[in-house]
Amino acid sequence: MMKSRYLPLIATCLIFVLAYALCYWQFPNMLSTRVVGNLLTDNAFLGIAAVGMTFVILSGGIDLSIGSVIAFTGVFIAVVLKETSLHPLVVFGLVLVITAIFGGIMGAIIHYLEMPPFVVTLAGMFLARGIAFVISTDSVPVKHEFYTFLQDSFYRLPGGGRITVIGAAMLVVFFVGIIIAHRTRFGTNVFALGGGIPTSKLMGVPVAKTTIGIYAISGFLAGLAGITFSLYTSAGYSLAAVGVELDAIAAVVIGGALLTGGSGFIAGTLIGVLIMGLIQTYIIFDGTLSSWWTKIVIGILLFAFILMQKGLLLAASAQKK
Amino acid sequence: MNSLKRYAPQLTTLAIVLLLNYLVFPDFFKIEIANGKLYGTLIDVLNRGAPVALLCVGMTLVIATKGIDLSVGAVMAICGAVAASTVDSGGGVFMALSLALLAGLICGVWNGLLVSVLNIQPIIATLILMVAGRGIAQLITEGAILTFNDEGLIFVGSGSIFSIPMPILIWIAVGIIVTFIVRRTALGMLIESIGINQRASTFSGVNARVLLILVYMVSGLCAALAGTIAAADIRGADANNAGLWLELDAILAVVVGGTSLLGGRFTLIGSLIGAMIIQSINTGILLSGFPPEFNLIIKAAIIVIILVIQSPALQSKYIEYRDRREAEKPPADKENAS
Repeated sequence: MMKSRYLPLIATCLIFVLAYALCYWQFPNMLSTRVVGNLLTDNAFLGIAAVGMTFVILSGGIDLSIGSVIAFTGVFIAVVLKETSLHPLVVFGLVLVITAIFGGIMGAIIHYLEMPPFVVTLAGMFLARGIAFVISTDSVPVKHEFYTFLQDSFYRLPGGGRITVIGAAMLVVFFVGIIIAHRTRFGTNVFALGGGIPTSKLMGVPVAKTTIGIYAISGFLAGLAGITFSLYTSAGYSLAAVGVELDAIAAVVIGGALLTGGSGFIAGTLIGVLIMGLIQTYIIFDGTLSSWWTKIVIGILLFAFILMQKGLLLAASAQKK
Repeated sequence: MNSLKRYAPQLTTLAIVLLLNYLVFPDFFKIEIANGKLYGTLIDVLNRGAPVALLCVGMTLVIATKGIDLSVGAVMAICGAVAASTVDSGGGVFMALSLALLAGLICGVWNGLLVSVLNIQPIIATLILMVAGRGIAQLITEGAILTFNDEGLIFVGSGSIFSIPMPILIWIAVGIIVTFIVRRTALGMLIESIGINQRASTFSGVNARVLLILVYMVSGLCAALAGTIAAADIRGADANNAGLWLELDAILAVVVGGTSLLGGRFTLIGSLIGAMIIQSINTGILLSGFPPEFNLIIKAAIIVIILVIQSPALQSKYIEYRDRREAEKPPADKENAS
């Protein structure tokens, strides 16, 4: 049982190493700290959002509002910085509070009104993007010394690669996420919820608190992803980050989390995000492949991982008998 | 009379929305015939609402089995691309239509197999095609917007019979045919039984596996029709934007129409009314000169209101509250929902 729990994670890591080896075999330049640094920077916002999504999926739910919340955050920051003289850090704090509350409210609706997370977060998705539209329909550039400072500060790796602030932020979020999910009581409660709400109620898990907490974390991290995205693009645009929630779900599945909830690893999601980033990097390196192959390959990978999970579950239940 | 009462909430909502439209745009109900075709804002609502209405038909059946089909937007893009590339490579309209429908059918079978044979959660199973589908559509159109000039195919999108535009005829016909098939036979009941409890219905002899595949096939077919109409309407197949996010509109219309996402009960007529409500809102916001930015917020507000009304927890609370009040004065302490 122990073994089958770790198998999806091991398989994900193997696929990542294999894929990287294949890329290296074709383009030796792929194995440089520059590419690795860019891989982290380019996928930072997706990675941070995917950590939140992992918590939600581990609990057996789903959060469709992530992409819209990222867009809202970007627009909010850009407009507030343009209209007021607040320091970006204050604005960051403000927006994180807003998005966390937004997520928490969705969690409360899901729990107290017993509504399916899919529809509630769908409404949240419309609402967040709608508010972003109302704030501004144009792409608002961000010009602030603090932004330039953050964008220009990085840790230089041997070989010329750069670990940027946002790349490092993603790694920190993953680290904290791993600790919360696997080493705290809250994390255990999340896994318990994924195993079944009636069961966890009987075990004394505070269902209301945990559900609201999970969606608040997802909202908070979506807000953080929005900050990262705004640092990455130096602008806020209400049509940005469309469909990021799907990428995040795909990353979580490729990372080996069970979609019915209750089993998975935050670390797997990181590898999932990196695999998706690698596919994109490969396509850029190749130059002749069209971008739509990314979508098809991700679809195939999704399918392969779901099949593998099904196989593992079957094998596990056969062993029990 | 009974059925009218059943659709009272939906019809009232539709009436309110239409009335609001009339208030902001007095010519709303004006219909005239020009060039042998009906024109007017109301006709426009029916016409523009065709893709979502068609998607709704399939989506309602899928949701009735406790499933969901996220891939319909991508399937629309695939089928539009197939139809466009068929006429562009010299095939006739019938060839294009049948190939597009075949493509939709194949997509439906794929979704159905994943859900029923591999037992994958419907959200995830259809997510695969949702992500990959647009890539496949772009593969067919080779990344460009594939335009065409085939009169026959264009007729599907902008032609008219007896001065009624084709898209309207198609969605009403599909709605009537499917309603007739599922409600005049036991099929509808069997589909609902799967939604209530798949295992129990399998034990009582319902072939859940075949029915599930069938339901997703219907959804694929409806998406194919919607995709062909969307492509014929703009005389081109746009793999990136055809049917983009329409799956969400369709799900919303189904929910607004009174079908529960928890499965086990459905109303096709309600869903079609739901589709028209959503289209009327969209058109109304455009007509009113209200900034289109508010479109999404209004939509979100409407979903929340309707969902709160439909919420099982709230309903049982209300019944509890009513019963208590009838029995005696309500006790002071409120019970925790959990």
